[in-house]
This record gives sequence, structure tokens and C-alpha cells, in this order.
Amino acid sequence: MTRAQKIEEKFFKLLMIIATYFILAILAIIIYSIFEKGLKSISWEMLTQVPHGGYYYGKGGGILNAILGSLSLAFGATVLAFIIGMPVALYLNVFLIRHKRVVSVIRFLLDLVWGIPSIVYGAFGFSLMIFFGLQTSLLAGILTVTLFILPIMIRSMDEILCTVPIGLQEAAYSLGSNKSEIAFKIFTRQSFSGIITAVLLSFGRGIGDAAAVLFTAGYTDHLPNGLLEPVATLPLSIFFQLSSPVPEVQNRAYASALVLTLIILIVSLFSRGLGKRYHKTKINF
Amino acid sequence: MDQDTKIEIRDLNVFAGKTQILKNVNIEIPKNKITVILGPSGCGKTTLLKCLNRLTDLYPELKVSGRIMIDDNNILEAKEDIYKLRQQMGLLSQRPYPLPMTIYNNIAYALKLRGIRNRRETHKLVMHYLQQANLWDEIRTRLREPASRLSIGQQQRLCLARGLAVNPEIILADEPTSALDPISSQFIEETFGRLRNDYTIVLVTHVLRQAKRIADNVVFMYLGEVIEQGSVEEVFGNPKMEKTKLYLGGTFN
Amino acid sequence: MYLLNRAQRHTVNTTWMIISLLLVAFLPFLLFIGLYLKSVLLLHDYSLGDLIFSKIWKPSAGKFGFYPFIVGSIWVTVVAMMITAPVCLLTAIYVTQYTKKFFLRIMHPAIDILAGIPSVVYGLWGILVIVPFISRYLGPWLGVKTMGYSILAASFVLSIMIIPFVLNILIEIFRSIPTELKEAALSLGATQWQTIKHVLVKKALPGIIAAFGFGLARAFGETMAVLMVVGNVVRLPKSVFDPGYTLPALIANNYGEMLSIPKYDSALMFAALLLLAVSLFFNLVMHFFIVRYNKY
Repeated sequence: MTRAQKIEEKFFKLLMIIATYFILAILAIIIYSIFEKGLKSISWEMLTQVPHGGYYYGKGGGILNAILGSLSLAFGATVLAFIIGMPVALYLNVFLIRHKRVVSVIRFLLDLVWGIPSIVYGAFGFSLMIFFGLQTSLLAGILTVTLFILPIMIRSMDEILCTVPIGLQEAAYSLGSNKSEIAFKIFTRQSFSGIITAVLLSFGRGIGDAAAVLFTAGYTDHLPNGLLEPVATLPLSIFFQLSSPVPEVQNRAYASALVLTLIILIVSLFSRGLGKRYHKTKINF
Repeated sequence: MDQDTKIEIRDLNVFAGKTQILKNVNIEIPKNKITVILGPSGCGKTTLLKCLNRLTDLYPELKVSGRIMIDDNNILEAKEDIYKLRQQMGLLSQRPYPLPMTIYNNIAYALKLRGIRNRRETHKLVMHYLQQANLWDEIRTRLREPASRLSIGQQQRLCLARGLAVNPEIILADEPTSALDPISSQFIEETFGRLRNDYTIVLVTHVLRQAKRIADNVVFMYLGEVIEQGSVEEVFGNPKMEKTKLYLGGTFN
Repeated sequence: MYLLNRAQRHTVNTTWMIISLLLVAFLPFLLFIGLYLKSVLLLHDYSLGDLIFSKIWKPSAGKFGFYPFIVGSIWVTVVAMMITAPVCLLTAIYVTQYTKKFFLRIMHPAIDILAGIPSVVYGLWGILVIVPFISRYLGPWLGVKTMGYSILAASFVLSIMIIPFVLNILIEIFRSIPTELKEAALSLGATQWQTIKHVLVKKALPGIIAAFGFGLARAFGETMAVLMVVGNVVRLPKSVFDPGYTLPALIANNYGEMLSIPKYDSALMFAALLLLAVSLFFNLVMHFFIVRYNKY
């Protein structure tokens, strides 16, 4: 190795180390600044009350409306996306197993849909809403977020389902099961932990996104009370509080951001933990 | 060291975590002969080969101890000149791995690493090594195509040519024909036959017939240990150890 | 115990699967048609070229020039990629080639957390940290007057947001390269760096380009975080320290008045259609790029 080569390698290795620790440092800074700012202004009142009169000028109240709103919206969308997404993932891996080309075309379409920005879903949801004469509501929000998380749900389930060994399918077929039984009994059990992970991942995406619900879910200071009523969401409450000129309200935005971040961190921790625990019925090859 | 010995392996032990892959291996590999390392799969043959050109460095979990002397240098102690050291040996692996370049550049890259930058000389040598590997006539018009377009047998011969292009004294081959069709295998074996007087060839295989056909010397390994070594006539004709007899008789694989 | 017999259950399940599948498969087309139908009003009155290249945006006067927004989006995206691309490439090489396996076990959760943080929180972090940093330190230090809310702030926040996405793809690509290829290069006497530079990166190049392409498409449509720090001023930015406006921010900021100004809703839907077209186009191109992956 010549001297120049050695210097070149050292130089690039240094750059690599800098890049890697840059990413880790940024993550640390983000987490630190969210916690530092948020912990200062978070209070029990914020978590348990809805905004009172004058909340947006710094008077009392909390963001319970947004917390519950976000949870119900993300929950509804996840359930709906699961009902539509799960059979698609199963169909791809059980029924179309011999049609590799069809499967790859569908996977490609799903990847395309995955890449579409959430604001486009928001705009599309809005135009649907107008078309059907709906108001901004929990239902419209759920429908829009469902479309948005559907590809995420299907593709992450698909990744798990396509690892189910062919031998297991053969064994089930030889017992006389038909395809839908194999799909809903064998595949779902074998991939249970992966399916949970996919669901939680989609939930996390659904709860964190603002652009898709901006047009469709509306905003309200009341607790969610019905599918056809507007509903508040955490990302939007952060956004609105942050645009206020009143410092107290801005501080509450930091606290709200902390709440949202915590929810998402807990969900992702859960998905790791649950994934490990539900290995019981899984057969390892 | 014996005058005709090229590589001398003494007390070589390799651990991967707590499992011992090679146990007290002592082998002498004679110069300009074909030495075949024989044994069932999982007996540590490939690891032994990787020790010889220090590719074990790539696997931080492997602990290597002992001595491997090549021309009186212990290569396990080499630090700075490890790149030079690897150039003393051409490697041929189980499946061909052409570099992501054209056919021509696969050889030219090896020449460049050897320090040859003159274009005319490069050109001459590319042709020379492709001829040596028995490939030139088939691909002389396709030199600028990506190497991946060659058939797998041609790719393996390209890899052999590339291995020769670093101007090695030793050729290490790890079951080089196991992924090939019979005709390509024959090509490779023939090439080895022609190279045997100029290079020290270490060939790992589990195919008995192949060993019989081309070996000068045979080392029989089982579960990380050297069971028996000697000339092909000794080992095949008159095996001393029970395990060797069983293996040659086809009792275990 | 069951309402239906076995054969009936099979029929119900299969139908359910096929209906869902059709819905999903037609989703991109549905989106496209839906948005097109809404923006057709605008396309009827203005030519596509006018809309894209006109610089004047005065919806109340019936002037819809998307040029400033398109340029703003391109600026933000390109500058973001200029940060993301080298950082991700270097990191991916480092964690797959130089570090031990346990390091990846630290990196993976870190990447997951970065990927999970919501857009709004990134925006908030941008306002808290990046914007003041630019206006108080970076700007004065470089002798530029800036409010901090700028193309650069948006690009930086955006670059962090797409790092987990691009980095995950790159790590997968480098891990999928067989060790034997590395061994082949090393056995020729190449150093580790030469192996990376001449062989691994070359082998991975189509994948690397595709990863950057996917990242670019993702960055182009990102809304909330960019909206919060980009400044939202309709004019052509002259430097990265100027504020700008992006297409997604345009849609998100103005949906409230959408129905009160004529053709405004149509204009915003056209912006969404543009975003959709860019996203589909990039993803398509990159997909076919990957199909040609194994040229060598």
C-alpha cells in the first residue's frame, strides 16, 4: 500500500465515522430537545382536560380532545386497513403463489402507492368528501388515513408471509385443506408476530400523519363523539398551538409533541416486544 | 524447511467462538505440485484455505493461532504487506465471482493492482492469461462485454485467469468445479494439469475421483483434523488410518 | 358452530380477498382520475405550460402560476438530497464493511426511531433548533442576512427525515452483496478501500441510484415539516438562505379558503396531481432501473 493510498483510506474512513455519528447525534438532539422542552410544560391538566374557553390565549385546559381523537382515528383506520389489507397479503402469498408475474406487478403497484405523499391522499380524500357531500368528520379522516396506511400494512405483512416455508403449505394441503383455510389458519398463525408488527407499524404511521387529515378530519375542541362529527388530532393540535403568538400556547405545543412522540415510541417498543412473545405457535425450520 | 516444501503449516488452530474449526493442523505442501485437500463437507477445508491468504481477517469472530510458513515467512504475523502476500496466491472459489466490470477489465484490474499501467503491456498480458485459462478462443471478440454475460463455466475460467494475472506462485482452489457442468470441469482440470509444473496448487475437494485424477499429494481431513497425508499413491493405495479407509470406501460422506 | 359450511366459507373468503385486491390495485389509478377530474376545470382555462411556467400567483385575480412553488420544491428537495446522499452512503458502507455486527444492532433501532418520528415533530424541532441556528449563527457567520425560515432550514430537516428511508435500502443492498465477491477482490491484492471503491460500490451502483431516487420522490412530497420551516413566501429564491414555498405546503396552507375563491380548489387539486405525477414518475423510473440491476 502506498502512502497516498493509506491517506485516502484513512480520510474516507474518517468521513464514514463522522457520517455515522452525525446520524446518531442528530437523533439524540431531536429526542433531547423534544423531551427537554416538553417535560417543562407538560401537566396532568393537559392530559386530562379538553381546551377551555381562551385556551388558545394561554388559559386553562388540555389536549385530551386531540389525544383521544388521534387514537380513535388511527385505531379506526388501522382496523379498516387490516380488514382490506390482510386478505390482499394472504391472496398474494397463497392464491397467486404460482403466478409470479402477477404478484410482482401487484407488489410494484403497492410500492408505487406507498411512495405517494400523504398530502395527495389528503387532497384526494377531500375531493371524495365533496363528491359525496360529506362534512369534515372522523369517518372521512379514517377513510383517508386507511388509504394512506394500506400499502404500508400490506407490504409489511407480505414481507412476513412470503417467508412461510413451502413445506408447511404442502403439509397442510396434504391434509386436505383448501386454499382459504391455508391462508386464514396456517399462514396467519405461522406469521402472527409479523402481522402484529405490521399492524402496529401502520398504527404508528396513521397516528403521526398530519397532511392526510388536515382536509378531512377537521378540528374541534370537543371530545370525539360520533363518526360524522369532526375530530381533533395530535399532529394538528401541535401545528395550531405552535402557530400561536402566545408563548404559553407554544409551550403546550412542545408538550403535545412529547405526548405524540411517546405514543409512537411506545407503539414501536410494543411491536418489538410482542413480536418476540408470540412465537409460541410458530414452527421454526 | 525442506527444500521442496512451499507451504508449511504448523499447529494451526482456528476457533469460532467456542467451537474449534481446525485442530492442531500440520501440513507440508510441496512446491510446484498439486496438493489436494480431501474430506467431507464441514471438515474445515475452506477455513484452512482462507487461512492461507488471510481472508480469515474478514471474519472478526475467527481466532487463528499457529504458524503458516511460506518461503520462511510466517504469514499469520504479516501486517503491512498483507496485500502483497495475497498477490502471491491466486484464488478460485466454489462459484465464480467475476468483478462487476467487463471481461477485459476483470483481468486488467488484477494487473493494475500488480502495478502494470502500460496499456500495451496490459493488453498483451490480458490475452496471455486468458489463453492460459483456456478461455481466449471463445471470448476474443467479446472482451468489452460485462463478465456476467459469460456462462458459469466461462466465468470460472475467467476467475482463474484473473487469479493468474496477479502473478502468483500459489493457486488456491476451493472446490472450483462443484458448480460447473462436466465439460467446464474438464476444462478447469486440464488447465490445472498444464499449470502444475509452474505453480504450487492447493485444491480443496470432496470428489474422490477428481482427487485421484489430478493430485500429486493428498491431505485427508475429518472434523477439523488432519487424518492422513502423503502422496496420492500412498493415501489411495495404502491408507494407514481407519477413517481414511472408511472414507475412501464410501462409508461416510 | 359455524354459520356457513366449508365450501361457503371458502367462497366468502375468496370473494373478500379479490374485492380487496382489486381496490388496492386500482388505488393509484383512482387517485389519478379523482384528482384529474377536480383539476380539469383549471386545465380547461389555462394551458399546462402556462400553469407550470407562469410566475404570477394571484388566485383572487385568476392568476395561477405554479412556477415559484415548483422551483421551491426542487430547491428544497435537491439540497436535502445533497446532504442525505453522502451521509447515507458513507454510513451504509461503514456499518456494513467496517464495524462488527453488534453495531448494526444499535443502528437499526436508531433508524427505526428516526423513521417513526412524525413529520410535525420534525417541523417543531426545525423551529426550535435549526431555524435559530441558521438565523443566529450560520447566517451571520457567512455574512448573509436571513430569518432562518429558509430553503436551507427546510432542506436540512427534510434530509434528516429521509435518512432512515434511504439508509435502510442502502444497508440492505450492501448486505446482499456476497462476501465471496469481496474475497475475490481482496485475493487479487486490493486493499479494503480499493475493494469498496472499485468493486462493492460499482456492484451496488444501480441500487444506490435507485435508493437516492426513491428518497428524492419521498422528499418532494413531504408536507408538514417543510411547511413549518420553509418560510412560505411566494417568490423565486435566490439562495438557500431565502424563504421559499413548496407545492405540498401550498396545498396544506390554503385548503381553508379553497372553496371561497373561484377555481382555487381546482388549482390546489392540480398541485396535488402534479405531486402525484412526480411521485409516480420517479418511482416508475427507479423501478425499471432496479430491474436492470444485474447488468454486470
